Amino acid sequence: MSELTSVPKAISGPSSFLDDRLGAGNFLKRNLRKIFPDHWTYLLGEVALYSFIILLLTGTFLTLWFKPGMEHVIYDGSYAPLKGVGMSQAYASSLEISFDVRGGLLMRQMHHWAALLFVASMMVHMLRVFFMGAYRKPRELTWLIGVILLTLALAEGLTGYSLPDDLLSGAGLRITEGVAISLPLVGTYITFFLFGGEYPGMDVISRFYSLHILLIPGILLALIGAHVVLTWVQKHTQMPGRGANNHNVVGAPFYPAFMLKAGAMFLFTFALVAGLGTFAQINPIWIFGPYNPADISAGSQPDFYMGFLEGSLRLMPAWEINLFGTAHAGTLPLSVIIPALLPMGIIMTGLALYPFLERWVTGDHRALHVSDRPRNNPHRTSIGMSAIVFYGVLWLLGANDELSANFQISLNVTTYVGRVLVLVGPVLAYIITYRICLGLQRSDAAVIGHGVESGVIKRLPHGEFIEVHTAPIDTVEDSLRAKEPVPMLPVEEDSAGIPPKGMRGPLGKLRAAMSKSYGGEKIPLDDGHGHGHDDDEHAAVGSGDDKSITRH
Amino acid sequence: MTDNEHEIEQPDERVPKRVIGTPAPGTSMLGAKETVEDADVPGVMIPDEKSARKAEKIVALCFTITFLSAIAFIILYVQIQVGTPESTGQSNLALGGTLTLALLGLAVGITVWVRSIMPKYNLIQERHDLATDETTREEVADTFLQGANESGFVKRPLLRRTLLLASAPLGLLPLVLLRDLDNSKMTGANFNKLLRHTVWAETRKKPMKLIVEGTGQPIRAADFNSPGGILSVVPEGYEHDMNALAKATLILIKFRPEDLKPGTNKNWTHDGIVAYSKICTHVGCPAALYEQTTHHILCPCHQSTFDAADGAKVIFGPAARPLPQLNIGVDAEGFLIAKDDFNVPVGPSYWERGDAEQAAREGSTA
Repeated sequence: MSELTSVPKAISGPSSFLDDRLGAGNFLKRNLRKIFPDHWTYLLGEVALYSFIILLLTGTFLTLWFKPGMEHVIYDGSYAPLKGVGMSQAYASSLEISFDVRGGLLMRQMHHWAALLFVASMMVHMLRVFFMGAYRKPRELTWLIGVILLTLALAEGLTGYSLPDDLLSGAGLRITEGVAISLPLVGTYITFFLFGGEYPGMDVISRFYSLHILLIPGILLALIGAHVVLTWVQKHTQMPGRGANNHNVVGAPFYPAFMLKAGAMFLFTFALVAGLGTFAQINPIWIFGPYNPADISAGSQPDFYMGFLEGSLRLMPAWEINLFGTAHAGTLPLSVIIPALLPMGIIMTGLALYPFLERWVTGDHRALHVSDRPRNNPHRTSIGMSAIVFYGVLWLLGANDELSANFQISLNVTTYVGRVLVLVGPVLAYIITYRICLGLQRSDAAVIGHGVESGVIKRLPHGEFIEVHTAPIDTVEDSLRAKEPVPMLPVEEDSAGIPPKGMRGPLGKLRAAMSKSYGGEKIPLDDGHGHGHDDDEHAAVGSGDDKSITRH
Repeated sequence: MTDNEHEIEQPDERVPKRVIGTPAPGTSMLGAKETVEDADVPGVMIPDEKSARKAEKIVALCFTITFLSAIAFIILYVQIQVGTPESTGQSNLALGGTLTLALLGLAVGITVWVRSIMPKYNLIQERHDLATDETTREEVADTFLQGANESGFVKRPLLRRTLLLASAPLGLLPLVLLRDLDNSKMTGANFNKLLRHTVWAETRKKPMKLIVEGTGQPIRAADFNSPGGILSVVPEGYEHDMNALAKATLILIKFRPEDLKPGTNKNWTHDGIVAYSKICTHVGCPAALYEQTTHHILCPCHQSTFDAADGAKVIFGPAARPLPQLNIGVDAEGFLIAKDDFNVPVGPSYWERGDAEQAAREGSTA
């Protein structure tokens, strides 16, 4: 086939019709060839977006059969082991979807897998943005929307997996109630309002249903829209190198390359979810049986994103205070309140505030579009790693019964170790990460200072073997040289010894101290181990015995 | 440095020797294969026609796989009925497998298309300042001021204040409307009254039997006679009432009387049979696991562990209070009955609970 020379009628006709009414031509002219930078980590957010679309598609399918009622019915479907068993309408209709609707089980499993993938890809995407410093000006709003999205996704997950009203989800609901009622002053109100009275009541499933299919996804959809539009308008960040700087975008055009790549990524995500839904069983509700507050199965585990809350509940020592003794007020069940609110609060608040705290410390008000390499901001990377370890320990200990059973460790030991690790782990992670970052900066400096090992071994006339080092290719050198010191506040005292405004008082002094340690150049690039630039050869073999030969 | 060394700083092309563990030529640090740029458009690298034609065949194959898989999906949907776990499993495998293959075919096809048929791009576009320039900002500020003054909002405080006054209660209406989320429409003090009692309270009017969960049978004390035995027990007449079960479910344990320690109220036992609330005092899971040799009750949710022989006091885990004990006895026919309601609220702690255990102790001594 030959190439197109004019736009076919079938496209130009409707296009003119639309442009006459919308004036979309200007928008298309600007945006059809919009450049998108290319890096595999930029796909993580896309995976989250596509998982959400899959959730909407599969979820809509499920609503066509699901009945969010808690009325007691006697099961009369085709799953024989539960025939004649009393259960809620919600559970019966979940069984119907699984066993009496063709493709129903597939859609249910895909919905659940897509939910896990949604939260997981959001988390990894968020880590990517954090470690590369892509949340910095002008993208703080995008970041804040992202933090809200993650929080809402957890709520969406919680309301979703409670809906089938099976024995496992019921345990989750019971824990939710136990946590809600423990809150000071408002706890009983919240639970009575949520459950329409005492637990479990007859309302919570239908209420969770309206939250799960209408309110939360509505907000999610709106915020995801805003998130994507902001990314579009502000243009994507890019990696250093390949001629990228803060004033340009380097990459592939939206039409046709990026558009098709994004489409392929959507299909890959969809295929992954479909494959998991086909071959990996998830949440087999028919095995658990209907919910009954008197029963529970051992080894009950929530979905992975709730694991850190489960772990923190398990780790907490049994503290409870009665502020006013026997009076009917003042009970503070700290063993519930603290683990339920504190880790989540620390993580979410920390995430939301980080861009602003960092700017307060560095005084960096520039608009930045080139990503940091994580090693080049070692304190940020260390803070991120200690947060991961904090979260990770809580998450792991959320399954301490499984750990204990599978590895033959005493259950109590896992808890005691966890209590120590959750405090010590983040500190160790900070120190180790900081050292690794400096080490990696040194190796970058070595590449600039010494060059790259070429793999070519030479024998010198006096018998010594050396490996020839050559300069790295331009793209590598560009990306290494894009490193710049983390900005610092100007803290010089004036002639009278008075520090600048904003650096006085205890808070100002703290700010100055933090700025000094957070910012600055830790390992200068052009100082590769103190060797000169022309020293681009390393002794590889043979120099061990007679050092005098190589030292001139 | 000697002259000799200067000579050999350039890599010797004649005898290159690779050392294991060092990067091979052509890896990222040393530089990759050269790509040919399109002469017409800088930054657009067009692949050669021969490899593109080869890729086109692969893409066509992928798209054909998608076509066939989608057809297979429809056929298998019609062919395989669901119902039994086996046929549902087959249907799931058939529908899911063909769907996965169809999506994967399209995804792989498009990827090969983009990577091997379409050009590689390294295009550069300028970024523009997001912030508007100063003059525009000033113009907007002027427009804002003009509008604010024209509206009279600033100049007329009566208008401004009554508008604020009007909007405050209006904003509260949605919250007021949510008040009936609690169907009982009670105040907080009544929440506490409800939470303090279980359906066992009815035993004061007419003795309530202890019923084995699941079988629905009452328990004759004489039949429950093997020490170490444990039963999950529900109140008579409430076997299927979720709200009642969420608070009133018991675990019943048979001890040798000499095994019981002072923490257990022996007056509330019958012949070594003790009844505790099954609802964990941490966040309300059923504390369902029992270890006969140690007399430990374990909650599977967060591993709170209670010593059943010693008043179910907490020996491990996040629960702060013992499982409440129920006063039990037997009726004329020898069936176990409850003699009273719990004397403290069961289940998780809440603000209005207070130190109910202390209150109960004071009540019993007074």
